[in-house]
Amino acid sequence: MLRLRNVDAGYGALTVLRRVSLHVNPGEIVTIVGANGAGKTTLLRTVAGLVRARGGELVFAGAAVTRLRTERIVALGCSLVPEGRQVFAPMEVRENLLLGAHVQYARGRKDEVARDLERVYGLFPVLAQRARQLAGTLSGGEQQMLAIGRALMARPKLVMLDEPSMGLAPLVVKDIFGIVKRISEEGTTVLLVEQNARSALQIATRGYVLETGRIVLQGTAEELLSNRDVQRAYLGSDLDAENRVAT
Amino acid sequence: MLGSRYARVALFLAAVVAVQLLAHAAEKPFFLTQLTMAAYYTLVAAGLSLLMGYAGQISLGHAAFFAIGGYASGYLTTVDLTARREGPLVAVLARLHVLVPHADLYGGEALSFHPWAAFAVAVVLTLAVAWLIGVPVLKLKGHYLAMATLGFGTIVYSILLASESLGAADGLGSVPPFPLLPGISVGGGRAARVANYYVAWGLVALALLVLSSLVESRVGRALRAIHGAEDAAASMGVDVARYKLKTFVLSAVLAAVGGSFLTHFNAGIGPAEAGVMKSVRYVAIVAVGGMGSLWGTVATSAVLTFLSLRGYFGTLDDAVFGAVLIAVMLFSPDGVLRFDPRGALRTARDRLRGSGVAG
Repeated sequence: MLRLRNVDAGYGALTVLRRVSLHVNPGEIVTIVGANGAGKTTLLRTVAGLVRARGGELVFAGAAVTRLRTERIVALGCSLVPEGRQVFAPMEVRENLLLGAHVQYARGRKDEVARDLERVYGLFPVLAQRARQLAGTLSGGEQQMLAIGRALMARPKLVMLDEPSMGLAPLVVKDIFGIVKRISEEGTTVLLVEQNARSALQIATRGYVLETGRIVLQGTAEELLSNRDVQRAYLGSDLDAENRVAT
Repeated sequence: MLGSRYARVALFLAAVVAVQLLAHAAEKPFFLTQLTMAAYYTLVAAGLSLLMGYAGQISLGHAAFFAIGGYASGYLTTVDLTARREGPLVAVLARLHVLVPHADLYGGEALSFHPWAAFAVAVVLTLAVAWLIGVPVLKLKGHYLAMATLGFGTIVYSILLASESLGAADGLGSVPPFPLLPGISVGGGRAARVANYYVAWGLVALALLVLSSLVESRVGRALRAIHGAEDAAASMGVDVARYKLKTFVLSAVLAAVGGSFLTHFNAGIGPAEAGVMKSVRYVAIVAVGGMGSLWGTVATSAVLTFLSLRGYFGTLDDAVFGAVLIAVMLFSPDGVLRFDPRGALRTARDRLRGSGVAG
């Protein structure tokens, strides 16, 4: 579905990603965990074409997308749910969702939009209730749902989520991850970037660990969850307690 | 939405008729002259409203597009090609009636472009210029875009001022009327005042119909998304660069149409039409009318431009528009028609204290 080979990327004089290679198979939920500033967001923005790769290559759905512009990549079926949600605040919820369907119109699949809208309202009943409300008046969790719903309106093959749990209450986070799992079960491949590594790995099939712009570890979700380095660095295990057991 | 759009245009046309009857009843038919001119300036404001209010791209160079349209029409309909009558191109154009003979200033015969041909050239020329300017300039944002378009406007103004063939500081005169339809032409003095008034505002109504159907479609949604956040819009699959460019070109062409028609109506045009203060004036009108409110912009433009043309602002003309712009930004940044007195006082207080960014 998606393959990155030795991708370098950055901003101005700053290089953020160094020779990143990874792949996502159809139907998987792949997660990328890492600390603040590790380059997770840059990675997704590079795949989305919002940041240009300086080296290496990106292949999506069999097509080289390294030099493609964002809107072309979206049209190919790769949608980003951006960090901080970025809903269009002065527009209605429904308008936000219709904007998500922009590529569907361009594909000449206008007739599917109404059905997709119902599907999104089915996934997120709260959005149906608030259809005519301005997106800026929604709560953080509702905005996150809107951002995900908006991305789904483009009928993506791969949906990339950037920190969907950011700034949300734990209960809401649980809901969101439940939805992500459901989207995956309904046939959309997911690439999930999270600081909340435990929640992410619990729903993921595989994961990568990104540290200062490099992939330092990869494996199945179970392997990463049981990896001691990962536990210490990202899952908040108590190091002292472990040492006491060891000695 | 569809019904309400046509209803609004119908209401607008009713208002146009009412104003004409009012001017007639008040025995001030000469008001129609300024109202007709105001209509052509309103075309610029309406296009700019789409560009600024919806797509969020400022332009301080739209007076230049107005002038390009006006000068193209004015020049081509007054230039005398009799001397080159034998040239192959001129001969062909004359046979196609693109070039038509008419009486010149001194009673002799001159061979110039037909106003329709000149109008077509004006539109195509503006389209090309807007395209060429737009591609590099629209990569800029905010202040930088404002400065680049300001620079473009200044260049056009300087060229017009320095071109002897375009009349330099005097501009062009003796521009013939534009025979729009049999029996109706733009220009032609007092007798045609009422007809001209309806032609001008009919054109505005047409522009409103096109623009409002545009902003209520997915194009409008895309433009508003670009206004909000370009990256997020691109993530929706919106071709940001193309949409910005097309909006810029469309608004430029609308300005050129206004310029071309007004030049025929006034039988001339001067370089002041390309001046920076004119551009600032259009921006002020859009700001007063409300960013993202096509109808507010048109209403504001009609009123302010009319008052200005009637000379009510006297020598303070430019100052009035500057002051209006400042007042709007302070008290009602969303435009006068969305004025909320309590909120305005709060916003103004915050802004004067220097903490109004969030507003």
